[in-house]
Amino acid sequence: MARNRRRKNKIEIPSKYILLIISIICIIMMIISYTADIFSGPLKAISSYTVVPFQRGIETAGSWLFNRTEDIKHLNELTVKVEELQSQVDELTIKNNKLMQDKYELSELRQLFKLSENYEEYDTIGARIIGKDTGNWFQTFLIDKGSNDGISVDMNVMAGSGLVGIVTEVGPNWATVNSIINDDANVSGMIQSTSDTLIVEGSLELMNKGIIKFSQLEDTEDVVKVGDQIVTSYISNKYLPGISIGYVTEINLDSNNLTKSGYLTPVVDFKHLSTVLVVTELKQQKE
Amino acid sequence: MLRKLITFLTIYLCFILQCSVFNHISLGGIVPNILIIITASFGFMRGQNTGMAVGLVAGLFIDIFFGSPFGFMVLIYTIIGYLNGFFKNIFYPEDIKLPMILITVSELVYCILYYIFKFLLRGRLNIGYYFVHIMLPEIVYTIIITLPLYLIIVWINEHLEAYERRNS
Repeated sequence: MARNRRRKNKIEIPSKYILLIISIICIIMMIISYTADIFSGPLKAISSYTVVPFQRGIETAGSWLFNRTEDIKHLNELTVKVEELQSQVDELTIKNNKLMQDKYELSELRQLFKLSENYEEYDTIGARIIGKDTGNWFQTFLIDKGSNDGISVDMNVMAGSGLVGIVTEVGPNWATVNSIINDDANVSGMIQSTSDTLIVEGSLELMNKGIIKFSQLEDTEDVVKVGDQIVTSYISNKYLPGISIGYVTEINLDSNNLTKSGYLTPVVDFKHLSTVLVVTELKQQKE
Repeated sequence: MLRKLITFLTIYLCFILQCSVFNHISLGGIVPNILIIITASFGFMRGQNTGMAVGLVAGLFIDIFFGSPFGFMVLIYTIIGYLNGFFKNIFYPEDIKLPMILITVSELVYCILYYIFKFLLRGRLNIGYYFVHIMLPEIVYTIIITLPLYLIIVWINEHLEAYERRNS
């Protein structure tokens, strides 16, 4: 009887007040989450044991099915491509041998000059993408490695040789990656050949065209041209230097006649990502 | 209790499908938003409180994994669940027009709120582009997915109601 009465009382709270309470809590949480991450900690731990394993399973099954249908579609194309690639491999092997020789020479010369290597190899661990942001506005990925595997916030994420993004949130066995083509992403880059710095800005409008905008390039001598490689710069406090971002596809002089801006094509194919490499090295630790 | 459990499992399943399998069936990079469908449906089927609860859980799932200010999605989904609850009195499961209209409007409200807070406030003023390339395809695709999904939700709801009647 007492239980029934209590239940009745519970229902009598008008729902607009419940909405008001939830709204206030949400707004407070939003404000607090800008400075400290205290609410989502336990939730992240719970979710990593309830949601992530299933997600991983479903993603594996889903991508398997998807890949089978894709395979059948592309079988003919592939046989042609294999031949093409084989000839390319031969060509590149010859080139590579030549480059290796140059490299030995370079390291010898460097030793003579006592210079540390500029582009050292970073330690990476592979991770699989098991989910994507629920909306269509941002390209945020969920990967199946987390703090248990040594991943922490602000680690750089690569695919192949190109930059994908940066780790923004970490759970025990998952992490979210904010990609560089996102509308709210800004990366400090530089032209590899001239070391001129620039800012790479993601944009939703350009995301579908497969290009990214860059701006604030100071190039007074007009040496930067279409096709130049853009890599991450030294002056960023989050991105490690020397990771390839993409190639210049268009370059224009800004109306202030001082800086240049334009578009670049990323190295990474963001539409068909399935595995990524997380660089287990933080810029802050390195310094 | 059984109702709560099944409702929770529905949201859970939808969230997992939303951020994994649905990416493979995306058309032109656009995925439908099934979490809005279930939030709105539970709202107009069961009333404001259920709508809010479903919105809260769905928003929480998104916020844990993808939320940048934690609580933003919870707020949007809760409000959508609550507003749909107002239409409980004029809802009949046989009539598919009202659910379709409500889900479309909910989706539109969600898109516009998201645009305002995540893009407009950062100075992205080109609303025409976002409307044509993101919002409209998402709404159309969501409506297409609504047809089968809505029938499943109604079916679950009817069976639960029958079960509750038998037990009381």
